[in-house]
Amino acid sequence: MSIAIFHPSDLLAILPELALVVLAGVVMTMDIVLAENRKRLLGLTTAVGSFVIIAVALVFSQPTGDLIWGGMIRNDMAAFIFRLVFIFAGAITALLSLDVKGVAHKGDYYAIMLGAVVGMCFMALAADIIMLYLAVETTGIAGYVLAGYVHRSDRSAEAGLKYFLFGAATSAVMLYGLSLVYGFTGETNLNAIATVLVSGKVGVSAILAASVLILVGVGFKMAIVPFHFWAPDVYEGAPTPVTGFISTASKTAGFAVLMRVFITGLTASESWLPMLVALAVVTMTLGNLLALAQKNIKRLLAYSSIAHAGYALVAFVAYSELGMAATIFYLMAYVVTNLAAFGVVILVARSSGSDEISSYAGMSRRSPYLALAMLVAFLSLAGMPPLAGFFGKFYVFAAAVKSGLVWLAFVGVLNAIVGLYYYLLVLKVVYVNPEPEGSDAVEVPRAYGFALAVLSAGIILLGTASAPWFAWALRAAEGLF
Amino acid sequence: MGFPILSVITLTPFATGVLLLAFPAERKREIRWTALLAASLTLVLSVVAYFSYDVPTGGYQFVEKATWVEPLGISYYVGVDGISLPMVLLTGMVMFTGVLISWGVDDRPREFFAFLFILATGVFGVFVALDLFHLFFFYEIAVFPMYLLIAIWGWKVTREYAAMKLTLYLFIGSVLALVGILAMYFLSGLGTFDMILLQEANFSFGFQKFWFPFVFFGFAVLAGIFPFHNWSPDGHVAAPTAVSMFHAGVLMKLGAFAALRVGVMLMPEGARFWLPLIIFLALINVVYGAFVAMMQRDFKYVIGFSSVSHMGLVMLGVATLNPQGITGAGLQMFSHGAMTALFFACVGIVYDRAHTRDIPSLGGMANKLPWVAVAFIVGGLVSMGMPGFSGFIAELPIMLGLWDAGNATSEYFIAPYYTWIVMIAVIAIVITASYILRVVQRVFFGQMPPEFEGHISQSTLMDKIAILMLGAVLVLLGVFPGLMAPLISSGAENVMAVIGGM
Repeated sequence: MSIAIFHPSDLLAILPELALVVLAGVVMTMDIVLAENRKRLLGLTTAVGSFVIIAVALVFSQPTGDLIWGGMIRNDMAAFIFRLVFIFAGAITALLSLDVKGVAHKGDYYAIMLGAVVGMCFMALAADIIMLYLAVETTGIAGYVLAGYVHRSDRSAEAGLKYFLFGAATSAVMLYGLSLVYGFTGETNLNAIATVLVSGKVGVSAILAASVLILVGVGFKMAIVPFHFWAPDVYEGAPTPVTGFISTASKTAGFAVLMRVFITGLTASESWLPMLVALAVVTMTLGNLLALAQKNIKRLLAYSSIAHAGYALVAFVAYSELGMAATIFYLMAYVVTNLAAFGVVILVARSSGSDEISSYAGMSRRSPYLALAMLVAFLSLAGMPPLAGFFGKFYVFAAAVKSGLVWLAFVGVLNAIVGLYYYLLVLKVVYVNPEPEGSDAVEVPRAYGFALAVLSAGIILLGTASAPWFAWALRAAEGLF
Repeated sequence: MGFPILSVITLTPFATGVLLLAFPAERKREIRWTALLAASLTLVLSVVAYFSYDVPTGGYQFVEKATWVEPLGISYYVGVDGISLPMVLLTGMVMFTGVLISWGVDDRPREFFAFLFILATGVFGVFVALDLFHLFFFYEIAVFPMYLLIAIWGWKVTREYAAMKLTLYLFIGSVLALVGILAMYFLSGLGTFDMILLQEANFSFGFQKFWFPFVFFGFAVLAGIFPFHNWSPDGHVAAPTAVSMFHAGVLMKLGAFAALRVGVMLMPEGARFWLPLIIFLALINVVYGAFVAMMQRDFKYVIGFSSVSHMGLVMLGVATLNPQGITGAGLQMFSHGAMTALFFACVGIVYDRAHTRDIPSLGGMANKLPWVAVAFIVGGLVSMGMPGFSGFIAELPIMLGLWDAGNATSEYFIAPYYTWIVMIAVIAIVITASYILRVVQRVFFGQMPPEFEGHISQSTLMDKIAILMLGAVLVLLGVFPGLMAPLISSGAENVMAVIGGM
C-alpha cells in the first residue's frame, strides 16, 4: 500500500468536511448580519446546508480505500457510511433545534455543532492514532460546550461540566493507551501498527494493557457500562436536541473508532475480545434494567441508549464480516430511530414544559400523528417489524449465532424482552392513559413535522427495504478486514 | 406468473390500515365503510383462492418468490398448501366478521381498525410464508398490535395487565424460536431461509434434539400449550370483541401452525424425540382447560378456557404424526377458529347490552336475542363434537389418528397408553358439553332478571350478518365435510412426505 504525500483528488475525499467548516463560518457570519427576528434562518441554513453536503459527499467523495493525506486518513466504505450518518444526524439536530429555547437563535450553537460533526467524520476517517485522537478531542470539546450551552441553566451547566470532567479524564487515559501502542510498536499508522503486532514482537499482555486503556476513552464515547455514569445526567440536563445528537451521532462515532482501533490496529491479538464480550452482556443488561425504573423520558432514553450500545457490541464481538455489517446497520437504524424519539420528546417538552413520562398521558387523542411517530420510533427501538430496529436486532443476533455465540444471542433476546416491556409502558401512557383536563394538542412546527416525517420514513425504509442498506454495511465490513 | 393473489390478500389489510390512518379522525362513518370494503375484498379473494386451489395436484400453489435480503438468502416467498389455505380463508372470515362486530367502536375507530388490519396482515403473512425469515417477520407483526388493541379498547378492569402479560409471553416465545431459527439457518450450511430447501437439510439428531423444544414451544406459546397458556384466557377476556375473535380464532392457530411448519416439519427427528412430552402437555390442555372452564363464573372466561382445551386437541392431532391426526388438527384449527370467533361474537353482543358477564346474574337472553342464542347453541354443538357439525369431523380424525399412532409405535414408553390418552381426551369432550350446556341454560334461557327488562336491545344487522356467516360455515362444514377434508388431507400428505411415516 503506497502512501502518496498529496494528490489533488485528496481534496475531494475530504470535501464534505471542508464544506462543513465553510458552512459553520457562513452560519457565524449570518448570526452577526441577520436581524434578531430572522435568526430562525440560522438553523434552517445549517440543516439545508448539511443536506446539500450529503449530496456532495455522495457525488464527490465515493470511497476508494486508499490511505491519503500522508497516511492520516482512509476514505473507505465504512468511513463513507459513518460520515453520511453523522452529517444526517447534524442536519436533523439542526432542524430539531429550530424552536428550542436557549439554543434556537444562536449562530455559535450551530457552528459548534457543525464542528462536532467534522470531528466525528474524522473519527471515522482516521487511519492514524494521532489523527484519531485529534478527532476525538474535537468532537469531545464541541460536545461539552453544547451540553452546557443554555445560559443561566443550572442543569445544563451541570450536564456540560459532568460531560467535560468524564470526557477529559477518559480521553487522558485513552491517550496514555495510544502512547503505549506507539511506544511498543514505534508506529502511529494503524496499518503499520497491525503489521508490527502481527510479527509477534510485542507481547500479548502489552497489547491487552494498551487496549484496556484505549477502551476507556472509546467506551466513554459509546456510553457502555462501566463508562456510562455520565450519560443519564448529561442526557437529562443538556438541551434535548443536543441529547439526541450525543446519544446518536457521538455514540456511533465511538463505534467507528472502536472498529478502527480494534479491527484495523490491534487485530493481531484477540486477547481483548473476551473483555468486550463481557462488556456487551453487562451493558445490555444493566442499561435495560435501569431503564425500567425511570420516570423521566430523557433518562429512560439515556438508559435505553446504553442498552442499544450493548446490542451493537454483541454484533461487534461476533468479530466477523457479518458482525461488523450488523454493527454498522444496527447503528444506522438506531440513529434514525433515536433521533425520531428525541424529536417527539422535544415537541412534547415545548408544549407541556415537562420531560416526565406522565406528561405524555393521552397524547394519542390530542395529537394522533405525533403519537403515531412515537409509536413507530419506540417499536423500532423495541425491535418490532417491519421497522428498522427489527432488522437491526435480527442481523445482530444472526451474527452472534453464526460466530457460535449462541448464549450471547440468548442474553440479547432476553434483554430485548425487558426493552419491549418499558417501551410498551411508555406507549401505554401515550395511548391508554386518560389525558389531563384542559391539555391542548402538541404544537408541531412545520420543520419538526418534516424532520419527523423523514425519520419515520427512514425507519420504515431501513426496515422493509433493508437489503440495499445492509449491502452497504456488508461492503463496509469487507473493507475493514 | 398470474395474479399475485396471496400477496394481495396479505398486503391489502396493511395498506388499508395505513390509508385509514390518513383519514381525519372525526370521519367515523367513512372509516368504518372503508374498513368493511377492504375486509370484504380480502374475504372474497381468500374465497377465490380457496376454491381455485387444485386439490389433486396438491403441494404449494399460488407460489410467488422475490429476493429480499440477498446476502443472507432471505426471500419474500409465499405459497399455500392444504393446511395453510383453510387458515387463510378462516382469517379472511374472521377479519370480515370482526369488522362487522366492531361497527359500534366509537373511541378512535381509525386507530382501532388500522391496528386490527396490521394485525391481519401479520396473520396472513405467516400462513402463506414459505421462507423462515418471512414467517418470523410477519409473526412479530401479528404480536404487537395486540398489545395496543387490548390495552386501549379492552375491558377496563384487566386490560393493562392482560395486554402486557400476553405481549411478553408471546414475545418471549417468539424470540426463543428466533434463536432456533438462526441456528437452523447457519447449521444447515445452505445459506437460505427457504423452508422447502431447509426440509432437506438433514440436521443431525443431536441438533434436532436440542433445538426442537426452543422452536416448537416458542411458537406453541401462542397456541396456548400448557404450562404457557396462562396469558390466553386473560388476554381473551380483556380484549374487545373483535380482537378476542381474532385472537382465539386465528392467532392461536398461528402458533400451532408455526410449531408444525417450523418445528415438526423442519426437525422431524426432534419432534419424535419430544413427542411424549407434547402429548402429555396437550392432554393437560384438553382436560385441565375443560375443567377450569366449568368452574368459571365469567361468561367470557368460559370461552377463554374452552379455547385452551380445544387447542390441546389441535396439538394432540399434530403430535400423532400421522395423516389422520394431522388432517384432524387442520380441520380442528379451522372449525375451532370459526366456532370460537362465533362464541366471542355472542359474548360481546350480550355484554354490550347487559354490561355484565357474570353467569349467575344473566338469564333469559334468548327472548330478546334469539339470533345470538341460536348461534351460541350452534357453536356449543360444534364444541361438543356433535355429528352434523364441524367439530365432529375434526375431532373424530384426531381420535382415530391417536388410536392408530398407538398401534403403529412401539419405541415409546407411552405406546401402550395411547388408548388411555384417547379415552381421557374423549371424556374431556363430555366436560365440554357440561359447561356449554350450563352457559346456554343460565344465560339464554330461564327467567330474565328484572333489572334487564327493557334494557336489552335487539342485535344489529351487522351483528346478525356476522354470526349468521360464522354459524353457517360451521353447519355447512359439518354436513358437507367434503368441502374441506380432501384439501386438508392433501396438506397432511404434504406434511407426511416431509416428516416420513412413524
